[in-house]
Amino acid sequence: MIPDLGKYAVPVLASYGVSLLLIAGLVWASLRRSARIKRALEETESRRKSNG
Amino acid sequence: MIALLTRDMRLAVRAGGGFGLGLAFFLIVVVLVPFGVGPQGALLSKIAPGILWLGALLACLLSLDRIFALDWEDGSLDLLATAPLPMEGIVSVKALAHWLTTSLPLVLAAPVLGVLLNLPAPGFGWLLVSLALGTPALSVIGTFGAALTVGLKRGGLLLSLLVLPLYVPTLIFGAEVARRGAEGYDVTTPLALLAGITCGTIALLPFASAAVLKINLR
Amino acid sequence: MNLNALWEYANPKKFIATTDRVLPFVAWMAALLLVTGLVWGFFFTPDDYKQGATVKIIYLHVPAALMAINAWLMMLVTSLVWIVRRHHVSALAARAAAPVGMVMTLIALATGALWGQPMWGTWWAWDPRLTSFLVLFLFYLGYIALWEAIENDDTAADLTSILCLVGSVFALLSRYAVNFWNQGLHQGASLSLDKKENVADVFWYPLVVTIAGFVLLFVALVLMRTRTEIRARRMRALLARERMQA
Repeated sequence: MIPDLGKYAVPVLASYGVSLLLIAGLVWASLRRSARIKRALEETESRRKSNG
Repeated sequence: MIALLTRDMRLAVRAGGGFGLGLAFFLIVVVLVPFGVGPQGALLSKIAPGILWLGALLACLLSLDRIFALDWEDGSLDLLATAPLPMEGIVSVKALAHWLTTSLPLVLAAPVLGVLLNLPAPGFGWLLVSLALGTPALSVIGTFGAALTVGLKRGGLLLSLLVLPLYVPTLIFGAEVARRGAEGYDVTTPLALLAGITCGTIALLPFASAAVLKINLR
Repeated sequence: MNLNALWEYANPKKFIATTDRVLPFVAWMAALLLVTGLVWGFFFTPDDYKQGATVKIIYLHVPAALMAINAWLMMLVTSLVWIVRRHHVSALAARAAAPVGMVMTLIALATGALWGQPMWGTWWAWDPRLTSFLVLFLFYLGYIALWEAIENDDTAADLTSILCLVGSVFALLSRYAVNFWNQGLHQGASLSLDKKENVADVFWYPLVVTIAGFVLLFVALVLMRTRTEIRARRMRALLARERMQA
């Protein structure tokens, strides 16, 4: 499946591994923060409606 | 403005003003280097210009938060802001005071410390020239960083993080002048570029520093 | 198209409403282009006769490096818009873009170092281009740290936008200084496969696809993160009001 990378297997696979890991990490962290803040904002706003 | 300058200089030299600390730090760093890299004369000789530039730069860096800290704490900065002096003038004077009280002693001490690091003979003059030409830029850039972080508790590390990348061009060209001078090569290009950066920062950066201070004083 | 209409999106509510519709499309297109480009490049292109299989790193390194620079340029523009027109969405977009740009810089650094390893024999070399990206990484770090350090939202926006402006000038200066600093060494070893003249067609087409994928990935992430910043800012305002009324 994986093409023959010869002696360059380590740099090439490491590059793809590191890059995809970093991208995945960034996307996941952004999604998580977005969900967290959206939820916190909704809580604050509903509290405001029930108090105000 | 002269009054502001003499006031700042007198404050810096007074006890508690931290006048000698920059020099002491410079000395300590230079003494530590051979412990770190080994005592071989040839190696020290080669890295001496760079180490001396780095040591001076770091000593400069550590004294930056003092530029505005005291005046911020006792409210004199607010008073200065309402004075008839333009803010750009105030920050320029502050930078000049910093240069005179902190950087200039470092420049003068550098050749002495160069002896400890086996600096080659032709290097002494060029080290002096490059530091004399480059340290004003360090003071002006440092003033910008100090203005950004004034009033932040424990802003010292952030100040270093912000200012050190801005120091890179000056360090590269300054150390290059010192290195080429020590090895006897032609120094015109880096010297001209170093001078250019210093002149540019002195002329333009005070406007940014003034804007930043006004924002922080709001 | 009336350019003035663009300013309507500076309104936070309108921004969120519009991106509600646009973001899913951008995100899916980004994923499609990325997967297509990377699969194409990794599995279906030959080896370079000089660089061997390491040429496959081009599909990550070049787009990441391009986006690392473009992210900073976008931050510069949005910082200027904030300074001149005081649109909060603009300032928040700059804040949102910084971590994305920083990660792009990291990817460019890692892939650049790994690409150079077979050629230079070391895991890191102070090649001018790599060094410039390392300095850029430090600029990103400082910018993000300043945002985090300042409590007042408007003050933080003002200070970070000035830092971005000043930083941009010094980043440019550093680029030339670093080139000067390392001109004597590693003359031909800089990665030169990012110019059209140097890249054969068989590599160029998948590269264009991955570049497009990275661009859309950047856009999708910045849109999403700006929405988060808008909501966070609104929440801070509400909490402050609560505290005052208590």
